[in-house]
Amino acid sequence: MKGMTVVVKKTTQLIAGLVFLYGIYIIIHGHLTPGGGFAGGVILAGSFILLILAYGSDFLHLVREEAGTTLYENLAILVVLVLALSGLLLGTHVFFLNWAPKGVAGELISAGLLPLYNIFIGIEVAASILSIFLALVIFKEEITK
Amino acid sequence: MMNPLIPLFVAVPLAGAFLIMILGRFIKHFDRVAASLVLLFLVIISLHAIVSSGGSTSVYKVGGWEAVNKIPIGIYMVMDGFSVIVLCIVNLIGLLSVIYSISYISRYTSENFFYSLFCLMVAGMNGVVLSGDLFNIFVFLEISAISSYALVAFGVEKDELEATFKYQVLGGVASFLILFGIGFIYWKTKTLNIADVRTVFSTGYDRNYYLLVQILLLSGFGLKAAIIPFHAWLPDAHSSAPSPISAMLSGVLIKAIGIYVIIRLFFNMFAISEGMAVLITTLGTLSMFIGVFLAVGQWDIKRLLAYHSISQMGYVVLSAGIGMILISREIRYEVAALAIAGSIFHLINHAAFKSLLFLNAGAIEYSTGTRDLKEMGGLSKTMPVTSGTSFVASLSISGIPPFNGFFSKLIIIIAAVMARFYLLAALAALVSIITLASFLKFQRYAFYNQDPDRKKTKGKEVPFPMLFSMIILGMICLLLSLLVIPGIREMILTPATDILMDPSRYTSQITGT
Amino acid sequence: MTVYWLCFILFLTGLYGVITRRNLVKIAISLSIMEFSIFLLLALVGYADGAVAPIVDPADPFKVYVDPLPQAMVLTAIVIGLATTAMLMAVIIRLYRKYGTFDIREIKNLRG
Repeated sequence: MKGMTVVVKKTTQLIAGLVFLYGIYIIIHGHLTPGGGFAGGVILAGSFILLILAYGSDFLHLVREEAGTTLYENLAILVVLVLALSGLLLGTHVFFLNWAPKGVAGELISAGLLPLYNIFIGIEVAASILSIFLALVIFKEEITK
Repeated sequence: MMNPLIPLFVAVPLAGAFLIMILGRFIKHFDRVAASLVLLFLVIISLHAIVSSGGSTSVYKVGGWEAVNKIPIGIYMVMDGFSVIVLCIVNLIGLLSVIYSISYISRYTSENFFYSLFCLMVAGMNGVVLSGDLFNIFVFLEISAISSYALVAFGVEKDELEATFKYQVLGGVASFLILFGIGFIYWKTKTLNIADVRTVFSTGYDRNYYLLVQILLLSGFGLKAAIIPFHAWLPDAHSSAPSPISAMLSGVLIKAIGIYVIIRLFFNMFAISEGMAVLITTLGTLSMFIGVFLAVGQWDIKRLLAYHSISQMGYVVLSAGIGMILISREIRYEVAALAIAGSIFHLINHAAFKSLLFLNAGAIEYSTGTRDLKEMGGLSKTMPVTSGTSFVASLSISGIPPFNGFFSKLIIIIAAVMARFYLLAALAALVSIITLASFLKFQRYAFYNQDPDRKKTKGKEVPFPMLFSMIILGMICLLLSLLVIPGIREMILTPATDILMDPSRYTSQITGT
Repeated sequence: MTVYWLCFILFLTGLYGVITRRNLVKIAISLSIMEFSIFLLLALVGYADGAVAPIVDPADPFKVYVDPLPQAMVLTAIVIGLATTAMLMAVIIRLYRKYGTFDIREIKNLRG
């Protein structure tokens, strides 16, 4: 896949970092404001997709990236499942139990396990959207070859 | 203390799926071992559940959210007499299909994707069966549907891709109809819990609105279950998929995400009305009757079996419909109970013999490389085990005693006669005879009828894991006839019938009133 | 009431597209249109006049909030829709590679 013009490259360079930070902000404030793991994860993936589109990437590199994102995706969702199962082992032994201390409502570190769920779902969504994007690009490259 | 096994039905296969994707690429053969162990564990806990529950209903409140003012909040998982049976067949057929896949799938690349998707599909089906909540049903249904789309396309050849495209478009439309129906239900009742929806609707509703919701959900789940006006995708998808997946799709997927949900919703959520009951019976009769005629002309084995799936599902829907008609008229509850028992019994039986037939078809394709009946012949000499087990399954599906299919069809026909639907009883018997004819053709062309021109029949017996699954399923076909014996019937079929016959029994356990 | 009817019309537009279009990609787009009409309906179901976003304000907890459950449902359904659409597009690309066309009339191996 070829990259784009220098204007696009420079703009992306300036924007991508901000987009990435904004995604992280949305994820870690998921239990306080609208948004959360899914919305933030999509934004995170968006910053990577911007960079790949602007700068381009060769085919083999894309394939390697795709293997990596799939691995991260599965690891992240496995952690979410382990968090859910931890409720079965701790507290009153209920699946998906929010056993951690809740803290004060409205503070960043509060709501028990919810921020953790948000963070790992954010990683999961970012990785999976990136791997969908990469898979489709790889398919397209295979056709044009 | 809630039964801690209930969430494991969903959590364990999910964990298995993700672990296979992570470790499968580093450790050789991790995928098949992990998938078999996961399914074995599920079979053990589902058998434990069917023995220990004794037909009682247990409710699991995910996250520990207790009801507020007797209004259930949070996600409920419900395990009762009916869902435990479906759980058992899902996991048992799943285990046997995984064992079968060990040799069958080794011809394909990326095996770990296969096992991972397989575990996801099982997790989705278990979730649908256990869920006591409409939206949760939708989510799990989509999990199993999306993984089945991918599994149908696993060969990535022309046929597979075309079949999966049709399947996905129609499956997508079905999902949206279901979501539409769920949205309408939420709009009026402000609840998603099946039992609570029933309680809210029982205080009065707009008749037309109620009918609209029923039609939306019936057509959505009917598409998933491939009842006749909605059957277009089934023969393509079920015949193009790899054989263990065909066995899963035909054997359990259309039941767990189609028929099971239809029966559950129309008996336990909606108040049974005669119009709907007649509609469901008509759909069942149509699928039973048209399905078999579409099957007769087929020469591709897997297509033939797929059309028979439609026809046999017709029996299940027809019998459940007869039960609904009798309940709606508030007469002869014992006949209604018999019809529903026949419907559930046939559902179990169909899972056993149809999966076995698809596994046989896969074995034939594995060793001869063709699915066309005209190109086979004389396989009974070279493939004795496949031939024997498929003979058992063919007799079973055509309703020959002492195999399980005979007893369930007998119960359905007796129930139809006792309910004075003589025409339906006659049709059921006629369809059974045509099924027998169609399977005699299958047996004759595939296993006997040696072509004299050909010197040597091609093909040899398949590897051991495939034989193992087929033999076990053949034995299950025979053993399931034991379900009609009074002692065992009371233990397994009666709780399922009771929960469907008496919705208040279901509702009271969940809302705690 | 009009908005609800508009949702339904959008749903029917999508259904019309699925039935009549010949191009695989257009069918996928029509499916997405159907999907989003339902999301709109669900979001409307939770709407209440003059209500605020469902985030509890500790200073004034008795405000009128919109119903958060349909929003959660829409989010979940969007995730599912994403997976379905991605899967469908992957299949379409593969089909294009095998057949060299997006025309559904030329893709008809399976008959009978």
